[in-house]
Amino acid sequence: MEALKAELKNKIITTLNLEDIAVEDIADNDPLFGDGLGLDSIDALELIVILDKDYGIKLVDPKEGKSIFQSIETMAAYIDANRTK
Amino acid sequence: MTQNKINIQSYIKIENNEIVLNGTSVFKIEPTDFTDFAKQAYRNFEMQYPKFFKMDALSKLAFLGSELLLSPIVSTDPSDSELAKQKENNIALVLANKSSSLDTDVKYQESISDKENYFPSPAVFVYTLPNICLGEISIRHQLKSENSFFIFDAFNTDFMSNYSEILLNTNKAEKVLCGWAELFNDNYKAFLCIIDKEENEKYKNENINTLYHK
Repeated sequence: MEALKAELKNKIITTLNLEDIAVEDIADNDPLFGDGLGLDSIDALELIVILDKDYGIKLVDPKEGKSIFQSIETMAAYIDANRTK
Repeated sequence: MTQNKINIQSYIKIENNEIVLNGTSVFKIEPTDFTDFAKQAYRNFEMQYPKFFKMDALSKLAFLGSELLLSPIVSTDPSDSELAKQKENNIALVLANKSSSLDTDVKYQESISDKENYFPSPAVFVYTLPNICLGEISIRHQLKSENSFFIFDAFNTDFMSNYSEILLNTNKAEKVLCGWAELFNDNYKAFLCIIDKEENEKYKNENINTLYHK
């Protein structure tokens, strides 16, 4: 699980072009949206693409994203339980 | 068509790894690609706007130019009344280029061309229109003003002058940021200027055409 969390932090930084943020700046429980990393609605769509492209998870209901994308911790737990690749 | 008298207050040129502001080179680096050039320029001027890195190349180009022209004049004083801010920041944006958003369109098309590996990127898709760069500038400087983006084979300075003059003379805007922001395949050139009704002694014998070709 720790490896998955590190992998997710790297993917998020690279995919979402978070130029001024390093892996060690992101705590597992930091909020991804709002006061945390400050991601926006387009970033949320990119996270859905990451789930699909890299882990074979298709989010049928976008509303699910709110709980899944709370933090790296919640995202990793969801991927760990649902990944098909 | 003759070019009407417009009052240029300041201008900027970005091309060949160099930024020239009001005729003075303010940033120049060794030849590199546009992404690297833009990143180094952003860092050099300490712009402090992380969303810059999410923009496509055309938006970065227009943003860099507008940032250096608008930052000194746009009201950010929190003590200003909302009405005063709106008047002061009533700066219309009028840009043009030749390649529209083709640089990003091509990248997006590549991302969807393989049906076996079909993962369109929302973050790339949102930049597949040229006028998105005007939105980025408006968001950055809280502008709620007129804006237009035109596509021409070459920079039509007469059109740009006349269009800007109409905006000023009909009180649609207090100032106009206008110019050319062209980028495709790492070839780029931007020329932006601020014009308003007040004559600026420094550029009283200049117009968009003469400054663009200087």
